[in-house]
Amino acid sequence: MVSYEKILTKNMDTPGYMGTLPEYRATGGYTAFEKALKMPPAEIIDIVKKSGLRGRGGAGFPTGVKWSFIPKTHVGQRYLCCNADESEPGTFKDRQLIERDPHQMLEGIGIASYAIGASVAYIYIRGEFDLGAKIIESAIQEAYQAKFFGKNLLGSGFNLEVILHRGAGAYICGEETALLESIEGKRGKPRTKPPFPAVHGLYQAPTVVNNVETLANVPYIINRGAEWYASIGTPKSPGTRIFSVSGHVKRPGNYEVPLGITLREMIYTCAGGIRNDKALKAIIPGGASAAFLTPAHLDTPMDFEAIAQIGSMLGSGGVTVMDEETCMVQAATNLLEFFYHESCGKCTPCREGSSWILQVLHRIERGTGRASDLDLLETLCRRIEGVTVCAFGDAEVAPVLSTLKHFKEEYVAHIEGRGCPFQPNVELVMAH
Amino acid sequence: MKLRVLSSAAEAAITLEFEKYPDKRSVLLHALRVAQQETGYLSEEAMRDVATLLELTPVQVYDVATFYTLFHLQPVGKHVIYACKSLPCALVGASALCRHIQNRLGVGIGETTSDNQFTLKQTECLASCGSGPMVQINDNYYEYLTPAKVDRLLDDLRARGKSDLASKPFKIPNVTGA
Repeated sequence: MVSYEKILTKNMDTPGYMGTLPEYRATGGYTAFEKALKMPPAEIIDIVKKSGLRGRGGAGFPTGVKWSFIPKTHVGQRYLCCNADESEPGTFKDRQLIERDPHQMLEGIGIASYAIGASVAYIYIRGEFDLGAKIIESAIQEAYQAKFFGKNLLGSGFNLEVILHRGAGAYICGEETALLESIEGKRGKPRTKPPFPAVHGLYQAPTVVNNVETLANVPYIINRGAEWYASIGTPKSPGTRIFSVSGHVKRPGNYEVPLGITLREMIYTCAGGIRNDKALKAIIPGGASAAFLTPAHLDTPMDFEAIAQIGSMLGSGGVTVMDEETCMVQAATNLLEFFYHESCGKCTPCREGSSWILQVLHRIERGTGRASDLDLLETLCRRIEGVTVCAFGDAEVAPVLSTLKHFKEEYVAHIEGRGCPFQPNVELVMAH
Repeated sequence: MKLRVLSSAAEAAITLEFEKYPDKRSVLLHALRVAQQETGYLSEEAMRDVATLLELTPVQVYDVATFYTLFHLQPVGKHVIYACKSLPCALVGASALCRHIQNRLGVGIGETTSDNQFTLKQTECLASCGSGPMVQINDNYYEYLTPAKVDRLLDDLRARGKSDLASKPFKIPNVTGA
């Protein structure tokens, strides 16, 4: 197995390393922050732009460009928000970064806040991450005591308050404008864009929202340079990425690799191949919002462009693997139960559409589907995608449209055979 | 300030957070969490108290309380079990595990045992996809579950209120044993 240089998951490979401040300092931690505070903010933004770093939360937007959208002439409060609301089915990388090496993220928050001129940073962590919240809270205290956070940091005149904000259970709060609504004490409903958060964000002030893994990359870019970072991965998708591999593989886990390795290498080399040496049937390459792929796509490089080109997306980096015995109708139904439950209810096509799609899928799975249902599903999906305030609408139709495209014969078999043709050794949808 | 059900300790825990935000409303999720911890669930009285403290209307509080899944609007048992049902967990046996819990406790989804020890709920993804099937119970995650581990876990919680099966800081695969 080829071994790749790890960046974000390197420290935690050392036996006994638990990510306290003294441990992190011993690996060179916070030297990038010290260096950054002596640089003009515009230069930091320029370095991050040149590195090519792209958001690791799902959309893959260039991070330095996002930072540069903060209006330079704005006088008054600006905010940085760290998105630690990891909730995309199949994704569990931020949890590991938070629980095992939280200061990388905090140092990234320090540098990003300085670069955009934010004196307050909120870390929005999902409510269920109780252990993670305790670990971050304690790491924040350590950073205050070491004077990395607080007033006049390292004599630079820059002030920074870092505040942990806990959510309370809602997938949609990972959408950046819903996250802002949630911090403001409201239902987590996405805002209409534009205006974008960089102009009107938290409390209507200019705001940047970045994912945990994105921010954790920043200290390394400052210390080792944009050219070094850009030399890893592919020209348009530089750097490493932590892929979370789940489902029917021998070794599920988080694997940090350069962007651009193939799906085959990820599944068969990193994750050890399919459990019980069964055949592979389907792959979701980037979390529940990404379209299903098939074994025909195994040699596709895992970078933003190549995965988009074959009709899916790299999304949050959650790779879910399904073996030959998995029923694709059940898999799609399971995911639609998720989307139906998590739709915030703001946009009618998403709110009502997820319910209608789910009703049709349930009847197909239970053996009462109609021949006309496949066209009906397609029509429903086409009337949801692209017409909602946030990307959730596109996400909820992806599992349906992609399983219809790649596994239509399974839908037909359910309808014609009046039930699920698979031996239910693993049941993906519970009958109540 | 006259509060109906919340203690002065809860009031202090809530008002302590005001300084972190430009707006009291931003403390709402925290306040509801504190209220729920103290009174077991969010009764109308508890939500009115939160509204008083944050200078909101009761309906503004209710609107938010009904949006987030971690808030209970009805009484629940001492231990609330959230069994993950999302696809990655389902692929490794979450449905069968949930059935086992139902049988073991003699309750359906959303129900509470007659001794008020356990409430069973199903939930969506908890970022534990490579270590499923799993459940969250109160503040802890329990991963790589089997029926035998679930039995031990439920026995532990009934007997001692806690279990050493709870997950520790997370890293998978754990190749170095760190």
